[in-house]
Amino acid sequence: MISVRPLLRFWPDLRSRIGVYILVLVLTLLANGIQLVVPMITGYIIDGPIAHRDLSALWWPVLGVLVIGIAEAVGMWARRMVVAPVVAGWEVTWRSRLFDRLQYTSVAIHDSWESGQLLSRAVNDLSMLRRFFAFGLPFLLSTPIVLAVGSIILVLMQPVFGLIMIIMAVPAIIAVAVFEKRYRETSRRSQDTMGEITTDVEESIQGIRILKSFGRSPWAAARFSLISQRLRALEIRKAKLDSWLWSVLLLLPTLAQAAIVAVGTWGVVQGWTTVGTVVAAVTISMVLRMPIEMLGFLLADALMALTAAGRYWEVIDLRHDITDADGRVDDDPEVGRYRGQLSFEDVSFHFSDTDRLTLDHLDLRIEPGQTLALVGATGSGKTTLASLVPRLQDVTSGTVSIDGVDIRTMPVNELRHLVSVSFEDPILFSASVAENVEMGAPGADEEEIWEALEIASAKDFVSRLPEGLDTQVGEQGLSLSGGQRQRLALARAVIGRPRILVLDDPLSAVDVDTEDRVQRALREILPDSTTLIIAHRPSTAALADVVAVIDGGRIAAQGTHEELLESSPLYRELMGASAIAEAHAQEGGRA
Amino acid sequence: MSSIRLDSDDEIEQLPPDIAAKARALLMSLVRPHLRMVVFLAVIVVLTSVLLVIGPVFIADALDQGIPAAIDGDLAPLIRAITLFVASAIGSAILAFTSTRLVGITSQKILYRLRERVFTHVQRLDLGYHEKSTSGRLVSRQTSDMESVQQFLSYSLFETALALLQMIFIAVTLIVLDVPLAIVVFAGFVPLFFITRAAHSTQRSAYRRTRTSIAKVIVHFVETMGGIRAVQAYRRQPERRGTLSHQDARYRDANTDALRGVAWFAGWTRLIGNITQTVIIVVGAWLVIEGWTQIGVLAAFILYLRRFYGPLDELVQAFNLYQSASAALEKIAAVLDTDPEVVEPERPRSLPARGKETTEAGSTGAGPQPGSGRTLDLDAVRFAYADGPDVLPRFDLHIPAGQIVALVGATGAGKSTLVKLVTRFYDPSAGRISLDEVDLRDLDDGQLRSSVVMVTQESFLFSGTIADNIRIGNPDAGDEDVLAAARAVGLDSYIRRLPDGYATDVKKRGGRLSSGQRQLVSFARVFLADPDVVVLDEATAHLDIPSERLVQNALATVLEGRTAIIIAHRLSTVEIADRVLVMEAGRIIEDGTPDELISGTGKFAQLHQAWRDSLV
Repeated sequence: MISVRPLLRFWPDLRSRIGVYILVLVLTLLANGIQLVVPMITGYIIDGPIAHRDLSALWWPVLGVLVIGIAEAVGMWARRMVVAPVVAGWEVTWRSRLFDRLQYTSVAIHDSWESGQLLSRAVNDLSMLRRFFAFGLPFLLSTPIVLAVGSIILVLMQPVFGLIMIIMAVPAIIAVAVFEKRYRETSRRSQDTMGEITTDVEESIQGIRILKSFGRSPWAAARFSLISQRLRALEIRKAKLDSWLWSVLLLLPTLAQAAIVAVGTWGVVQGWTTVGTVVAAVTISMVLRMPIEMLGFLLADALMALTAAGRYWEVIDLRHDITDADGRVDDDPEVGRYRGQLSFEDVSFHFSDTDRLTLDHLDLRIEPGQTLALVGATGSGKTTLASLVPRLQDVTSGTVSIDGVDIRTMPVNELRHLVSVSFEDPILFSASVAENVEMGAPGADEEEIWEALEIASAKDFVSRLPEGLDTQVGEQGLSLSGGQRQRLALARAVIGRPRILVLDDPLSAVDVDTEDRVQRALREILPDSTTLIIAHRPSTAALADVVAVIDGGRIAAQGTHEELLESSPLYRELMGASAIAEAHAQEGGRA
Repeated sequence: MSSIRLDSDDEIEQLPPDIAAKARALLMSLVRPHLRMVVFLAVIVVLTSVLLVIGPVFIADALDQGIPAAIDGDLAPLIRAITLFVASAIGSAILAFTSTRLVGITSQKILYRLRERVFTHVQRLDLGYHEKSTSGRLVSRQTSDMESVQQFLSYSLFETALALLQMIFIAVTLIVLDVPLAIVVFAGFVPLFFITRAAHSTQRSAYRRTRTSIAKVIVHFVETMGGIRAVQAYRRQPERRGTLSHQDARYRDANTDALRGVAWFAGWTRLIGNITQTVIIVVGAWLVIEGWTQIGVLAAFILYLRRFYGPLDELVQAFNLYQSASAALEKIAAVLDTDPEVVEPERPRSLPARGKETTEAGSTGAGPQPGSGRTLDLDAVRFAYADGPDVLPRFDLHIPAGQIVALVGATGAGKSTLVKLVTRFYDPSAGRISLDEVDLRDLDDGQLRSSVVMVTQESFLFSGTIADNIRIGNPDAGDEDVLAAARAVGLDSYIRRLPDGYATDVKKRGGRLSSGQRQLVSFARVFLADPDVVVLDEATAHLDIPSERLVQNALATVLEGRTAIIIAHRLSTVEIADRVLVMEAGRIIEDGTPDELISGTGKFAQLHQAWRDSLV
C-alpha cells in the first residue's frame, strides 16, 4: 500500500494547533452526522404524527429538525471560520521553512536544482497542501465515520438494509485500489512538469534579450508548447482516471438504493418492516450518497497532497552541509579579531558529479594587507577558488584558513563577516542604491556609503541618478548598465573596510580608465584589507603586490608582475605580452 | 524602507478600471473555440440533471404505488419503478464518466491555449516592458494565477452548470408535485439573492488581494534564489526572511479573509436551506393530515429539498473558485492587454535581395559565406526613455555595408542605447533608422532578427545541453555545424572535457561553465546565426587575453563581409575595426580609422596610450 509518511510528517504542526483541528474534525463530523439524524426524524414524523393525523405530536420533532438545522449551519460556519486562519498560517509557515532551508543550503546544491522546481514547490504544492488540510483531510477522516455510522443506523433499523450497504462497499474498495497507484504516478509527473513550466517561463523572461536578439521567441514558444502539451496530457490522464472512479462511486450507491427499495417492499409485504422504515432507509442512503461520491474527489485530492508533501520534504531534507560546528547557522555570531592572513593548503576541489579535480592540491598564501592578483585562463578554476573563501562551497580536501584558523571551524557568518565578495555577475537586490551598498556593512551611515561608492568609482553616476542614493535598483528598479551594476556591487564589497576582500573579476564591464582609478583607490583607502582579486588585465595585475598564475587547478607561478613577465611564459601569454611585443615590432616596422 | 518598496510595487500592480470586463472577454474568447463541445456538454448537463432529478421520482413511485400494489399482490408497478430507477442510475454513471473526461480535456485545452497565448505575448512585449517588470511577476501569472483558473475550469464550470440546471429541474418538479410546498421553497430565494450579492463584492476584493500578495511573494522568492550567492555572502538571510514574512503575512490575511468570506456565505446558505426544510415538514405534515397531499409527495419533497440545497453548497464552492479565478484572469488579462511599444509592421517590407544569398538557408555549413553586409543609417535619431531626458540628442550616422565600427566611450555615453536602437529593442523617439534603406520599423521581424544579431552583455544559458544552447543561433543547424561553431570560437576543447561533452546539461552543472565559457557560447551562437549585421555589446569582457585573442581572430573571420558594431572596452578589440567612433554624452566626438585617431591628439589617442601603458 502507499506510504502516507510525507503527510504524517506534518504531525508536529497539526499537534501545535491540535485543539482547533480537533474542533474542526468534530464540526465536520457533526455536519455530516446531522444529515443522518434529520431523515430519521422525518421518518418518525411520517410514521407517527402524520400517519396518526396528530398535529400536536408534530411540534417536538419539528423543533428538533429546526434546532439541528440551525446547529448544522452554525457548525459549518464555525468550521470554516476556525480552520481559515490555521491553514492559511500553515501555508505561510511551511513556505518560510522551505525558504529558510534554501537560504542556508550551499550554492552547489542550489545549482543542482532547476529554479522553477523550487518555486513550484513553494507556491503550487503548498497551496495544494493548504487546501488539503482545510478541507480534504477533515472530510477524509470524517467520511468513513459517517459511512460507518450510516451503515450502523441502517443495520439497527433493519439488518438487511445495512448488509446491502456493506456489500456495496466491496466493489468501491476495489475501484479505489486500482485507481490509487496510477493516479499517484500521474500526479507526481504532473507536478514535476509544473516545475518545468515554471523554470521555462522564468528562463524565457530572464533570457529575453538573447531570445529577442536572435529572433528566437518562436523557438522558445515551441519549447514551452512541448512542456505545456506534456502537462496537458498528464492532466487529461488524471481526468480520465477520475472519470472511472467517479462513475463507479456514483453508480454503486444508487444500485444499493434500488436494492433497499426492492428488498424493503418485499419486507413490507412480508410484514417484517414498515413503509416508514423503508422511506427512512432510502433517505439515509440518499444522504450517504453525497459522502460516497465525494470520496472519489477526496481521494484524488489526498493523492495530490501526498505528492505535494513529498516534494516539499525533498527540499526540507536537503542536508545543510555548510554550517557552524553545531550543525546550525548562527545569523549573528560574535566576530573575533583577525589579522587577515589567508592561506590555502593542499586544497583540492571537485564537483559532486565528477571526479575531475577543478583544484588540484593547490597551495597559496596571502599575507595580511597584501593584494594578490589571481590570473589564469578561462575555466582554470579561479572562480571556484574565490568561492571557497566565504564558504559558498567547501574544499573537497585540504584547508583554507585565516590566521591559521581553519575556516570550517569558524561560525559561517563570522567568516562571511570577515570576508567581503564581489562577483563577476553583479547581483543587486530590489532596493535602493543605499540599501544595496549598506548590505556590506549593516548600519553604515551615508558618509561611509559615499566613501565606498567613491572607491568603486560609482559616486559620479549615483549622484546623477534621479533620486541619488534612494534610487531603486535591481530587477524592480531602474535598469543600470553592466558596468554600473558591477561598480555598485564592488562598493558593497568594500564598504566597512573588510578584513578580507575577494574580488572575482569585478570590473570586467568597465573601461580601463575607470578600472585604473578603482585599483588605485583600493590601494590607498583599503591598505589593510587582504585582497584576492581575479584579473584578466595586465594593469590590474601590475598594481597587485603579488601575482599568482593558476593553471590546471594548481598555482603554476607566483611573483610580482615584473618577475613573472620575466620568468613565466604562461603569464606572458595570459597577459598578451608576447602578442604586444609583436605588435610593437610591427608598429616599429611601419614607422 | 521595505514599505516604500512595497508601495511603489502596488503602483505597478494597479489594474486598468475596465479590467473585470476584459477578464470576462478573455474567458469568452477562450471558451468560444470550444463552442461545439460546450453545446455537447450542455446536452450532457441537461441529461444528467434530468436523470438526477428523475431518480427520486421513481423511488417515490415505488414507495407510493409500488408497495401498496405489491401488498395487493401486483409486483408489476414496483418492478417497473425499480427498473427505471436502476436504468437512470446507470445512465447517470455513463454521463458522469463522459462529462468528467470531456470537461478534463476541454479545460486542459483551454488552459494550454491560455498559457501559450500569455507566453507568446510576453515574448512580444518590448524590452522597455521587461526592464520595468520583474520575471517573478510574470512567472506568477503563468503559475499561481493559471492554477486558480485551472481550479475553476476543471472543477467548477461544469458543476456550476449542472447545479443550476438541477435546481431548475427540481424547482419545476416541485411545482408539478405540489404548488403550495414549492412556494415555500422559493420564498427562501429572496434572502439568498441578497446574500450572494453581498458576498460577490467582499469576496472579489479578498481574492484580488490574494493574487496581488502571492505575486509579491513569488517575486521575492525568485529574487532571493536567483541571488543566493550574494544572499549568503552578505548574510542577508534574516532580512530576506523578514521580507518574506511580511509579504506572506499579507497573503495569509487575504487568504484568511477570503476563506472566512466563504464561511459566512456557506453558513447563511445552509441556514436558509435548513429553515426551509423545517417549514416544509410542518406545512407538508399539515397538508397530508388534512388529506390534501400524499405521504409519498411529502417524502419526495424532503428528498428533493436535500438535492435542491445540495447543489447550493456546490454553487457556493463554485462561486468562490470563480471569484478567485476571475481575480487571476484579471491579472492575466492585464498582461495580455499591454501592447508592445515596439510593434511589428502591418505591411512588412523585405530587405533588398543583395548581400549574402545564404541568409535564409542557414544550414549551409558553419563556414560563413562572405557577403557584403548591409548599410546602416541613422537619420536625425533622438531617443529618451519614457519621460526622461534625451539619452541620444539628434544623432546621424552612416555605416556602409561591410564596415566594422568600434564604439568607444565611458559608461553612460550612450553606446548601449545606440546599440539597442540599431537592434530595434527600442524605437527611436524621433528620426529614422534604416537597413539598406528600409526603415527598421517597416521590416519583417523575422528578417530583422536573422539579419541583425546582437551579443548581449550577459550570456544567459537556457536549460538543456550545451549543443542546444549553441543551437539558439540557428535551431536548424546540424551537429556538425554546432561543432564547427564551437571550434571556431575555441570552445570545443572545453566542451570535450565536460562529463557528457556536447550533451552536458548546462543548468544541472551550471556552476561548471565559467562566465568566460558562457561568453564563448554566445559567440558560437552568432557563428551559427550567420547574420548580415553583428552587434557586440561589451562582449569580450569576461575573457582572459589569450581567449580574447582567439575570439578576436575568430571574429575577424566571421565579421568579414558583414557590417558590425562593437562596443569595445578593451582597445585591443578596436584593432579589427575599420572605423572608431568615440562617444560622449550621446554624441560622437571623434570619428575615424583607428590609425587616424591614434595618431591624433583626441580622446581616443589618450585612451589608447593609457591602454598601451596598462599592457606592460
